[in-house]
Parts: sequence; structure tokens; C-alpha cells
Amino acid sequence: MRHTISILVENKPGVLARIAGLFSARGYNISSLAVGETQDPEISRMTLVVEAKDERILEQIIKQLRKLIDTITVADFTKKDFVGRELALVKIDYKRENQRKISSFLDKYSVKLLKRKEDKAIIEICANPDKVKEFLKDVRAFGVVELMRTGRVAML
Amino acid sequence: MTGAQILIECLRREGVEVIFGYPGGAVLPIFDQLYEAPIRFILARHEQAAAHAADGYARATGKTGVCIATSGPGATNLTTGIATAYMDSVAIVAITGQVKTNLIGNDAFQEADVVGITRPITKYNFLVKDARDLARVIREAFHIASTGRPGPVLIDFPSDVQTQETQFIWPERIEIRGYKPTYFGHPGQIKKALHLITQSEKPVIYAGGGVISSGASEEVKELAERLQIPVTMTLMGLGSFPGEHTLSLGMLGMHGTVYANHAVTGSDLMIAIGARFDDRVTGRLDSFAPDAKIIHIDIDPASISKNVKVDVPIVGDVKNVLEQLLEEIELKHNQLPNTKAWLKTIRDWKRKYPLFYKKDDAGLRPQYIIEQIYELTKAEAIITTEVGQNQMWAAQWYKYKDAHTFISSGGLGTMGFGFPAAIGAKVACPDKEVFDIAGDGSIQMNIQELATAVEQKIYVKIAILNNSYLGMVRQWQELFYKKRYSYTHITSPDFVKLAQAYGAVGIRVSKKDEVRPAIERAIKTDNVVMIDFRIEPEENVFPMVPAGEAINRMIGGMA
Repeated sequence: MRHTISILVENKPGVLARIAGLFSARGYNISSLAVGETQDPEISRMTLVVEAKDERILEQIIKQLRKLIDTITVADFTKKDFVGRELALVKIDYKRENQRKISSFLDKYSVKLLKRKEDKAIIEICANPDKVKEFLKDVRAFGVVELMRTGRVAML
Repeated sequence: MTGAQILIECLRREGVEVIFGYPGGAVLPIFDQLYEAPIRFILARHEQAAAHAADGYARATGKTGVCIATSGPGATNLTTGIATAYMDSVAIVAITGQVKTNLIGNDAFQEADVVGITRPITKYNFLVKDARDLARVIREAFHIASTGRPGPVLIDFPSDVQTQETQFIWPERIEIRGYKPTYFGHPGQIKKALHLITQSEKPVIYAGGGVISSGASEEVKELAERLQIPVTMTLMGLGSFPGEHTLSLGMLGMHGTVYANHAVTGSDLMIAIGARFDDRVTGRLDSFAPDAKIIHIDIDPASISKNVKVDVPIVGDVKNVLEQLLEEIELKHNQLPNTKAWLKTIRDWKRKYPLFYKKDDAGLRPQYIIEQIYELTKAEAIITTEVGQNQMWAAQWYKYKDAHTFISSGGLGTMGFGFPAAIGAKVACPDKEVFDIAGDGSIQMNIQELATAVEQKIYVKIAILNNSYLGMVRQWQELFYKKRYSYTHITSPDFVKLAQAYGAVGIRVSKKDEVRPAIERAIKTDNVVMIDFRIEPEENVFPMVPAGEAINRMIGGMA
């Protein structure tokens, strides 16, 4: 099962390596990761989406994260009512004959068209994780040339 | 003051009396300060040995050990010693030189990413880029190393920072917001634990290295005696409870006693204290203490329910938690369990399955040698070990009376650990007899330290159980690989002549009646003594639980 874990860490060099190293050394999987400064520039927020086979592994992941000297708080948001956002950029085929279909598709998901060049377009979705997932499934119909996504950020 | 001067001043204020290490280009400013510092410096002959010696010093005293090496290869040589201390939760502070800050990342001469290399084998590490941070970093390093679950901390110290001038400010207080170990047990959990204790009929205490690092031997003894609960110990826990005590079951696990493993398997309550359910202890997990409720006391929450699901976890310093528990027990003194029948069962197991070896006059048995060292040192010595058969025999046949007297690489299992660790222990406890129980394989992994010991007059005694084999691997090949002894037969130098070449004393023993005189002579001799015991080549360590088996399914070693 996927879990959304939110960590406050010291904003200093090497912290990301410690977190990443913990996951690789113990064989845990990170599905996505987002890191950035908080309102306090000395503290960063990391939001991790991790794959844990069972509760025991999840418990270990959280305990091991807490054990790191540079982590200040560790919280599992999974069962909480959090606001989650992910962002994806998708480059799609934008042929003239498809335009109408694409427009209505973009409207359905309230997706922004950021750039058009020749017969390609870059579109952006920023939404909750379920919606992004659904969108990414549907957008395939238009021919995905390139896809990139950020990690999830989550707030209670 | 310069960075190097600040370092020495901070070490002095941290109470450091001795440093083990080796000089080099990137630590020249520090060594220039050490030249006249009020700190003893022990020059090793290999950085790995310096780290093990600092570790041995720490294990013998409970203080923090300090080692120092230069950048690049000096630092990478320390890593085995750091990893050894990490696996066994030993407080050491390792200081490494680093290339100048403007050269970091340039593949400079003797540059290595030491902070990167040691990240997974240290409790924490620092790269100091500005001498103004140094005093705080050193204070934090010692604090992190020695508190909570102890462990090694490394400070990487570029040479230009060593010469950088700055004002010295000693931080009176340190505050690390992400590091706040829990020292006292939750009262609710203590009550739950007590409830399980009052319900039990067949309890067993399983004591690990945490009892020793917490200084809780007295409390464990009080708990065991008050409730009449038998105590088994892990390899790391040996010495935490007196080996000769009637309630002692000795060691459990792969080479534990039959009665300890039977007691664990048959118990209805296990009180795990400062132990971590290592695979060498538990064997097959689903058959480990199958009928027992488990109370687990440990300062490291991540150790709890990692391998074995625990019924009552209590996070806290073992000593504090046991004190809390003992107070609660006093309040319920009329509801304590009656373990008489259980203790009788255990007495029967002890009678039926004692530790055993063949007592003939044919060959020299290693178990006999350990027994004689035990008797002749009156259980007062510090015993260090290498890794393999020598280690297991030393664990089985010497009955450790006190904490800090058995020093062995348990978690990492580092061959070459015992001799330098003995040097560190002897430096810490010059009035104690210190014996390294070695094998002919292991001793050669750090034998160059004979020079250190002789030069610095650190008179440790080395008992080599010489069977011309890498014995433990040979034993596994005998039992599980159809006696195909692939690269486990070894020839060694003449250890007597080798000892003499270093200025130490060498003694060879081939017969049983020479054993006691040789040990007596070693104890009396004011020098480093190396005894080459020519033991039965194919003697095995028994009893034994085959890897992955249930711990009550032991083979061998029964009369």
C-alpha cells in the first residue's frame, strides 16, 4: 500500500542523502519525493510517498526516519484528511483535427495549456493525486510525447 | 586560536584522556598540537586498529573512545572499525583529516568523500567547513555518540579549517531539536508489563548489550532475584548478569546453551532488556518463544517490533525503566509469580544438557584452555575476542562476572577486532589482566599491533587457539558442505618467533599439562605475551543451531 509521509527536517547539506540512504540501505521503496523550504528557512518539508508491503514495514520506515538526527517530526498522513497536490507536465500531439477533442478534454480536467509549438502542446495538471492519476490515464489517447511529474505535497 | 587548537581544547573539556590514531598529511596541524597536549596519544600501526582500540577503550569503561586518521586512505581504513562500533552501539568519536575546503570535490590527493562513505555506518557525521562551528560540532558529536542508543560519530575536518584562526567560544548548552531520546518508561506501559509478569508462570529474562551500556546490571539482578526469573544473555550481554549465578542460563541462540534455548522456547513470558532479536539469537522467527508474551525494554524505538512482534513495548533507558518497574513490583509484592516449578524444569535441563566437551588427554581442547584462563584470572580479567570459533568458545566457557569484561564484535563480526580492542581495554584499565582470545586466522588481520603494544608497554596477553584452519568456516563446510574444505586450511608464521621479533614473549603449548603453566607465566610476565596453543584441528563449536532452524533444535555437544 502507498503511504504519504510528511517530514520536517533541518535544511542543511546531506539531509536528503541521509533520507535516501536510509531507504536504499533498508530496501524500502520511494514512489515520490518533494522537498522544499518552509516558512522557516532553517527547516525543510519533505513529503514522501512510500510503498510498504505491510504495517510492520511502514512502522519501521517511520521509526527509522524518526531516529535520524536531522528529522524533527515525522507524520503518516495516509489515514488523515490531507490536501494533496501533484503536478504533471505532458507534451502531447496537437494536430489540427484533434483540437476540438483536446479542448473539451482539457476543460474536463481544468488543465492549462502552457505552450504550443507546431503540432505539439505542453499541458499542465495540478490536482489531487487521484485526479492526476485519472488524467494521466486518459491523456494517453492523445499521444503522449513526453511526461514528467513532481512528487506529492501534502498538508493537513 | 586555530581550529586544531580548538579541537584539542574541546577534547580536553570533554574529558578525553587518550586518543588512538595515525598521522598523515591532512592532519598535520592537529598532530602539531598533540605534540604537547595533555592527552595521551597511542600510535597504532594501522588506522583500522586505532578505531578498534578506541572501541575497546569505550567498551571497557563506558566512556567515549576517540580515534584520529588522515584523509583518504586513513579515513577509509577507519571504516571497518566505525562499522563495528555502529553495529554494537559503542560510543566513539572519529576525527578525520580532509583536503582543503577549496579542493573538496576536485579529486585531490588523498581525497575521499568520507562523510558520504560513513553516512550509513555512523550515528551521525559532520563536515566542518568553518572553524567557528567547530566547538559546537565537537560538543554535539560527543553528546550524540554517548547518549540515547550510543554509536560512532565522525567529524571530517579539512586541513585549512585546522589552521583557520577564530575566537574560541565553548557552548555551555547544546540543543539538537531532532534528537531527544526518551529516557523514562511510560507509566502505563510499566503497569501493563507488571500485569503480564503477575500472570506468568514461566518467565525468562533476555538481556542484551543495552544492559551494559545503560549500566543496569544491578537492576537486572534485582529483578531476577526478586521475581526468581532465569536470565539468558546475548553475546553482547555477557557480563550483564553473573555467569555463575544460579539463575544464569548463559548465552542463548546459535551457539547458546541447550537449556537457555529450551527455556526461551518453553517460556510464557519473555522480558527482553536492551536486546534486539538478532537472527543469530532468534533462529527461525516463527518458532522463537512461540508461547511467550514479550515485554521489550529498549532506548531505541526502532529496535522494538522490528523482527519480533512485541506485546508490551517500553521505550526508555533500561536502567530507569527497571527502576520504575521495581518500584511497581514492590507495590504488588503479594501478587508476584511463583516460578518454583519452572526453575525446577530449568534445573533438570541444566543437568541433562550441560555445556560439554570431550575431556580426554589425547589432544588440546580449546574449551579446556578457556576454562583454565577463567580459573587462573579468577573471573577478574577483561576478555576480548576475535571472530569465529575462538569467539564462541570464549563466550561459552568463561563465566563473566561483571559488565564491561567481555569485549567482542557481535553485530558486524569483525575478524582482527580482538587484539586492538584488547590494547584499548588495557589502556583504559591498566590494572586489569586483559586477554585476547584469538584464532590463527583472525590474529593475522591486525598482528602489526604487536609493535604498538610493545612500544607503548601495553601488556596484553594473546591466546591463539591455533588449529591451522579458519575454523568456523571449516566447521560449516564440514557440516553443510560435505567436508569440502575450500580455502580454509591456512599456514601461519611461527608465532613464537614472530612475537620475539616484535620484542614480545612467545610461548608454544602443545600438551594439556603445559596449559596452566603457560597461562601463569603469561600473567606474571611484564610484557606482551603471545601463546600459540596448538589445539585439536577439527574441534567444533557445539551445541549449534543450524542457520534458519528453530533454536531448540540444536545439534552436537551433548553428553
